[in-house]
Amino acid sequence: MAESATTLPPAQGAPRFDIRLALTRYGAWIALALLILVNLAITPNFATWQTLNVNLTQVCTIVIVAVGMTLVIATGGIDLSVGALMAIAGALAPLIFLGKLFPLPHPAVGIALAFVVPVLVAAALGWFNGWLVTRLRIQPIIATLVLFIAGRGIAQVFTNGNLQVFNLPSFQFIGLGRVFGIPFQAILMVVIVAAAAWMLRRTVFGRQILAIGGNEKAARLAGIPVVSVKQRVYLISGLLSGIAGLIVIARNSAADANLVGLGMELDAIAAVAVGGTLLTGGRATVTGTLVGALIIQLVRYTLLANGVPDAAALVAKAVIIVLAVWLQRQSHR
Amino acid sequence: MNPTTLKLFQGIGRYGVLLALVALILFGWVRYENFLGAFNVLSVLRYNSMFALVALGTCFVIITGGIDLSVGSTAALGSVVAALLSPYGVLPGLLGGLAAGLAVGACNAFIITRLNILPFITTLATMLAASGCALLLAGNQSVSVSYESGFTELGQGDLLGFPVPAWIALVAYLVGSLVLNLTSFGRTVLAIGGNEDAARLMGLPANRVKALVYLASGGLAGLAGVILAAQFGAGQPIEGVGWELFAIAAVVVGGTLLTGGLGSVGSTLAGVLLLGLIFNILNFENGLGWISLSAYWQSVIRGAFLLLVVAIQARLSMRNEEMAS
Repeated sequence: MAESATTLPPAQGAPRFDIRLALTRYGAWIALALLILVNLAITPNFATWQTLNVNLTQVCTIVIVAVGMTLVIATGGIDLSVGALMAIAGALAPLIFLGKLFPLPHPAVGIALAFVVPVLVAAALGWFNGWLVTRLRIQPIIATLVLFIAGRGIAQVFTNGNLQVFNLPSFQFIGLGRVFGIPFQAILMVVIVAAAAWMLRRTVFGRQILAIGGNEKAARLAGIPVVSVKQRVYLISGLLSGIAGLIVIARNSAADANLVGLGMELDAIAAVAVGGTLLTGGRATVTGTLVGALIIQLVRYTLLANGVPDAAALVAKAVIIVLAVWLQRQSHR
Repeated sequence: MNPTTLKLFQGIGRYGVLLALVALILFGWVRYENFLGAFNVLSVLRYNSMFALVALGTCFVIITGGIDLSVGSTAALGSVVAALLSPYGVLPGLLGGLAAGLAVGACNAFIITRLNILPFITTLATMLAASGCALLLAGNQSVSVSYESGFTELGQGDLLGFPVPAWIALVAYLVGSLVLNLTSFGRTVLAIGGNEDAARLMGLPANRVKALVYLASGGLAGLAGVILAAQFGAGQPIEGVGWELFAIAAVVVGGTLLTGGLGSVGSTLAGVLLLGLIFNILNFENGLGWISLSAYWQSVIRGAFLLLVVAIQARLSMRNEEMAS
């Protein structure tokens, strides 16, 4: 159910099954299904609860960030700052609940603030990206490059580059907790994907995002508040990056500003591209992004589980990205 | 706004980076002892020559309206190949690194011009692939270079009292500047960036020129990798992370628009030196003992600087639009 902006009405009098259309719309799903089948055949112990959990936890943060990236790319933009914003959120949270930033009246207050403040800060920085893009009319790639460069530095300055270690189960629930045996972060991921997919398909805001990506001038002339929509989209991307940053540090029981979210922008963009979202904007699919991230993760897992070194998996990832985008181009001619 | 003020603003836009560079150098000269001493000047040039080479390739790519994210890992790959070949002599090491870079550039050129995939996503993929190849070749660790063959001279040596890598970068920039300004290839590069469809309709060989630009960018990154290996005595498969974005920042600070069609090789060099000097000045400032800013401030300051420059550029281009309308 890859939702698409250009949903074609079924042609009158031509009810026959169009294989090319099917491949375009469900290509990513078919690839994912094939991958799972191949794994069931060749990878030992694939159909286990543990395999599912390992793959889910490794893909969660990428998907959460990639959902925001999908929305940004849908407007014709890009957000390079996501990894840096993860680092900022990840550096802020321990500073708050360890009471290094300000004295805490009660530990519970610290934990509540450690969830809220970093995410809000990341969202505010995301909005700042949007402000640069809309008000100063700086190209998205350059506007977000500013925080890509400075953001991680800010996180490092906060913590002086030191590793912050902690053991705080109530905070770490976001990364380690389980509900009915399912990792909480996976539930969070599914909720975020579902909400974003619904928003993009069913709400005015979603339609406005796609309209701007399709033709910004036309959207403006049609009365769509381009500036505010774009600012909100970058804000959402920042907010989701903040959440992902918290998950990463909770999972590691440690915050390392040098490493949290490093290279995340590229992973997220790759997931979006493989998932079938048009990189020039105007056509986007959130569920596709989920599938794209799962494909990339599963290919890597398949190679690693079968003894191929991680470095070779990087090359495979490169081939998948090019192949996926090329196939999408072919079917859209 | 009257025409004189407009001219003034345009002048600042064009020569802003040079003015800022001169101002920064004057600041350092007045404030710190030995800032303009031979040792400091030569080591800044030696270290930044790698970034200068990468930024030159990026400059050409950006003028065509494209982008090359693969240069960082291409440099890493080049450094590994050069280190592996360094026991056989200076030339094999140099040519090996260059060839590795050209190979990545050729992949980019093929995918972008033949498969018609956006430069951003193409070079993102080849960035991963080059990094994977570098790790595979190096066996996940750094490869030390041979010190007997004289290969390290490429990074550590001097020629006529001037660092060898700086000579390499200087020659590359001279050639780059001549090519961009005086040849039909250079004109085509600018035309493609201005309006690719129009350039194509005029019969300019857009695809061939674009392919050559990505090839050159790869080759320059490979060369930067050779210098990296020679300077630090090892091929480093995980080096080069973020170089591509540093190069883009240098090009943008130099005043080259990311929309293509306009740009200058000289101001890119100024952009590289400007961003490099920020680190140098931070070191000197710490040496004075008044403040103690960790190396982490470097990226914060660079980011702030980039923000300042693009904000000024944005203001200027908005003014120009207002004047035009």
